[in-house]
Parts: sequence; structure tokens; C-alpha cells
Amino acid sequence: MLSGRRNLFHRLLVAAAATAVFCGAAAQAATTLLNVSYDPTRELYKAINPAFAAEWKAKTGETLQIQASHGGSGAQARAVIDGLAADVVTLALAADIDAISSKTGKIPADWQKRLPNNSSPYTSTIVFLVRKGNPKGVHNWDDLARPGVAVITPNPKTSGGARWNYLGAWGYGLKKFNGDEDKTKEFVKAIYKNAPVLDTGARGSTITFTQRGLGDVLIAWENEAYLALQEFGADKFEIVSPPVSVLAEPPVALVDKNVDADGNRKAAEAYLNFLYTPAAQKIIAKNFYRPAHPEEADKKDLALFPKIEFFTVNGVFGGWAAAQQKHFADGGVFDEIQKQGAGK
Amino acid sequence: MSSLAQRGGLGSFPAPSVIPGFRLTFGFTLFYLTLLVLFPLSTLVWRSSGLGLSGLIAVATEPRVAAGLQTTFLISFLAAVTDLFFGLVVAWVLTRYAFPGRRVFDAFVDLPFALPTAVAGISLAALYAPNGWFGAPLAEIGVKVAFTRLGIYVALIFVGLPFIVRTVQPIIAELEVELEEASATLGASRWRTVRSVLLPPLVPALLTGFALAFARAVGEYGSVIFIAGNIAYVSEIAPLLIIVKLEQYDYAGATGIATIMLAISFGSLLAINLVQAWSRRRFGHV
Repeated sequence: MLSGRRNLFHRLLVAAAATAVFCGAAAQAATTLLNVSYDPTRELYKAINPAFAAEWKAKTGETLQIQASHGGSGAQARAVIDGLAADVVTLALAADIDAISSKTGKIPADWQKRLPNNSSPYTSTIVFLVRKGNPKGVHNWDDLARPGVAVITPNPKTSGGARWNYLGAWGYGLKKFNGDEDKTKEFVKAIYKNAPVLDTGARGSTITFTQRGLGDVLIAWENEAYLALQEFGADKFEIVSPPVSVLAEPPVALVDKNVDADGNRKAAEAYLNFLYTPAAQKIIAKNFYRPAHPEEADKKDLALFPKIEFFTVNGVFGGWAAAQQKHFADGGVFDEIQKQGAGK
Repeated sequence: MSSLAQRGGLGSFPAPSVIPGFRLTFGFTLFYLTLLVLFPLSTLVWRSSGLGLSGLIAVATEPRVAAGLQTTFLISFLAAVTDLFFGLVVAWVLTRYAFPGRRVFDAFVDLPFALPTAVAGISLAALYAPNGWFGAPLAEIGVKVAFTRLGIYVALIFVGLPFIVRTVQPIIAELEVELEEASATLGASRWRTVRSVLLPPLVPALLTGFALAFARAVGEYGSVIFIAGNIAYVSEIAPLLIIVKLEQYDYAGATGIATIMLAISFGSLLAINLVQAWSRRRFGHV
């Protein structure tokens, strides 16, 4: 018995030593890239990474290992701030990359100007997923504020995607009420009054709507909506694109201090530039994101995206930092909406 | 939960023992506990100390945080009380009666320990959602479980149950059936036997189980988050508010809530321990 235990202990020691050696070896290989991304890009980067690795191999002869880490956008940004050695970050909001920049100095403050299209190789927007036949007749943001329509959306306090949803509603309200903030606030409040659940993340809301059968309409990223349609069948749901919505620009950035420490700046830069090439733009459109260069994508993939009149966060809210401060910080507009809603 | 005091007392601190190496193991215990428990917890307090006491009070009295703390501690308490009753019943049946499949049922009790909490939350939400197996019939009689405070209660009962069962089971196994028989032959009613013969020795173990179930419920995140609905002022738990603060990169605020939770938890556990010590003096240790 005793020797058995000692044996086990030895084996554990050997295993621990082996793990240490293995990790050390992996860290020494200069051609590893870590892309820290957010949840809904899982499928996208699964397709893009091998394509880039193949191109890089053909160009330089180097074998490139690309690791992808996915999670909530804010949590991912915090992991990078706390020391996760990301070489590139591809997150849901510019605000999250701004936070990495200001809290660690690992990314220069003007990062968003370094790549074309505000550093967004793909964009998306906010649409509505409704049950087949659209029984509640949801066509526009106004319909979400009608009494008796149950709206599923995640919590803007915990989810980056939910902040896009909220800003979509707000931007539409401003347009509808000719810039009257009070009326817009009432309008957005009415929408959130219709929300029986606020999940912590966008995927959670998708599950609540599609699998738990809760609610009449899900406010979602366009690419999430198409994924849900693909996953759960077009016989159960349909996508309603509002005539006006927000242009969601998920940005990408190089983490300068980390790539310099890892010595793989060239590969990391090439990786981000690759996202703008025809090959990547095709993959992007296939994964239901709107490509920055639509002329490079397949016509039939583009046919899925209806024409929507877009407004941008920079245009309507003066950028993410301002939107964050005014709407989502403690004591911000969203807190007020919820406080008043609690007294209902 | 056997205490040091019982084995030779605190007075004879390094009491000679059959197994040598007390000093070494005691040093190891202290080191281990400090490194793995006390050190991380003190970092928490240290990180929130930037707020100062007034800042901490400001965080705690913020209406939304106060509501979250109330939800967490109140429902955790109710769930632990519920588990106390049902856990005792389950432990009693599993220990005292032989029936086919007893070992299997006994193993089932541990599942909430082993299951990733998120899985528990997702399964419970699926069951109790308005279109779920339990949720649909309940919805027909007008009871909403998932996405309300009731949902949180159900999830916390689920994760807390094994703590009561596993702490009480060995004590029940030690209780001699002869005591009950003696009580009965001496003319005591069934209820009197339960009250005066069976329950007293179980009280310390029940309290331990209660403290563990309560502590687990207070810290619970994964299993609750999917079934709670997370509506501010209604069904938002305190751990969620910590995540909310972190999403705003407000580390001080997040650790502030955590410190408050730590203080309340520590206070409640201390109170439970005092009651336990008292009950041990009153009923004797089994």
C-alpha cells in the first residue's frame, strides 16, 4: 500500500516535470500567436486561422501555431490587462481595447487608426430573431416597446453585445423623436420593461430564446441570428432586419508590448492584415459577418444581408468612451431606467 | 469538525502522539492554509482597502448592491433551512433502511458536488422554464419558478443538499437503535423519542451541515445565473454585481462587494459555530 502510494507520488512528480518541460518548449517556439477574442467569433477564427497559417507557411516556410481564446469581451480584456500574453486582440467593442490600452500601455492610444475601417475588418449589426411567421408582427424597434411583446436581450452591464443592442434602440429613438433625449429614454425604458430575463451574455440570451422558448423576439448580432437559424432550423425562426440599426464594428488590434516580448511582431501584423485580404473577406462573409470589402466576397453570401440604414457609435454617441460613461457606468442612464422599472 | 481541544486540550500544545512529526505537520498546516486561503483573502481585503471604510459603506448601501446582498443572504438562508429538513430525511432513509438501489441513491447525493455549477444551472433552467417539464404544469397553476427569486431558491437547495446529508449520515449510523427501543419501552411517544433521544445528538452535525450549505449558497454563481433572470432589484445576486463591477473595470468596487460578503459570511459562520459549541456543551459531542 505504502509503496503503491509512493509510486503514485513519483508518477505525479514525473508528470509535473514533463508538463513543465513541455510548456517551456512551447513557449520557446517563436511562431505561436495568441488571438484573444470574444464569444461569437469562435466559428469565424476556426476558419480563418488555418487559412492564414497555410499562407504564412507558403510565404516564409515557418510553421505557425495560432491559438484562439474566446469568452465574454469584457472578461477577455480583463484577462489581457491582468497579464494574459495576447499577441492580438479581436474584441466586441473598441471600449474594451481602449481599456487595455489605458490600463497597461501595451497598446498605443491611437490603435484604432492603425488599420483600415477603424480597425474593423468586418462589421455586423443588430437585428431581431422572431418565431416563425412573426406572430407578434415585429418589424421595427417601435414594436419592441409595445406592451405584450416579450423581448429577450442580455444585460448591458455584463455583455458587450447587449450594449450594441441598447445603443441600437437608443439611436433609433433619437432619430424618431428628433433628438429628444427624454422621449428616447422613455422609449428605451419601455423596451427593457418588456424583458423578463437579462442573461449575462449574448449566447445565454440566444439559448433562452431558442431553447427555453421564452420571449417573442430576440435582439441579436446579425451573425448570431444567422448562426441560430442555421443551428435550430429556419422552420422555427425568422430574421427581421429593422430599416434602421447600428453599425457594429468589432475591432482588432496588435498588442505591441506582448509581440515585442514574444518576438513575433511580423507574424502578428501579417495576421491582422490578412483579415483584409480577399481570402479572409470571403471567409468572413461565409460566417455571416459583413466584410469590409464586400467586392471580394461571394455574391450569394452577400445576398443574405439586406440593406439597412446604419448609424455609428462615433456619429451618434461621440465614441465608445462617451457612450460607456453616459449610459453604462454606475448611475448612468441604464441604471436610471432599471431603477424606475423596479417600481412598476 | 472534531476540535483540537478534545484531543488532549490546547494546554498541552505539542502533546506527544503515537504518530510523530507534530511540529512538522503543524508547520505545514499553517503554511498551507496561509498560502492557499488566508493570503488570497487578505489580497481581497487589501485591494478593496483603497475604498476606505466610508467607501465600503457607500458600496454596501448603494440601493442596487444592498438589494443584491439581501437577495443572496436571505435566499441562501431559506435554502439552507430547507436543506436542513430534507437533508435529514434523506440521510435518515439512506442510513436506516435497506432497500433495492440504496447504494445508487447514496451515490446520487454527491452529484451536486461534482457537477459543474453551470451545468446544474442550465438543467434546472430547462426544467423549470415555462415550457419545461416542471415549469409547464406549474405555469398552468400560475407559479413561475425560472427567472424569479423562486428559481434562485430552487438552485440553492440543489447545491446545498449533499452538505447536510453527508455531515449527518455518520452520526445517524452511530445512533443505536436500542436507544429508541428503550425509549419506547419506557413509554415515550414516537414524537417524544424523536425530540429527546434522536435529535439532540444530531444537532451539532446538523448545524455543521447547515453552515456548509449556507456558505456554499452564498458563493454560488454558475447554477444561479441561468435560472435567476437577473433583473435589477428583483433577482440579482451579489456575485453577479461583482461581475458587473468588473465589466466596468471597477476593481475596487468589485472587491468592495466581495469584502462585504466575506464579512457577513464570516459573521454568520461564527454565529453558527458559537451555537454549535453551545449545543455540544448542552447535548454532548457524538
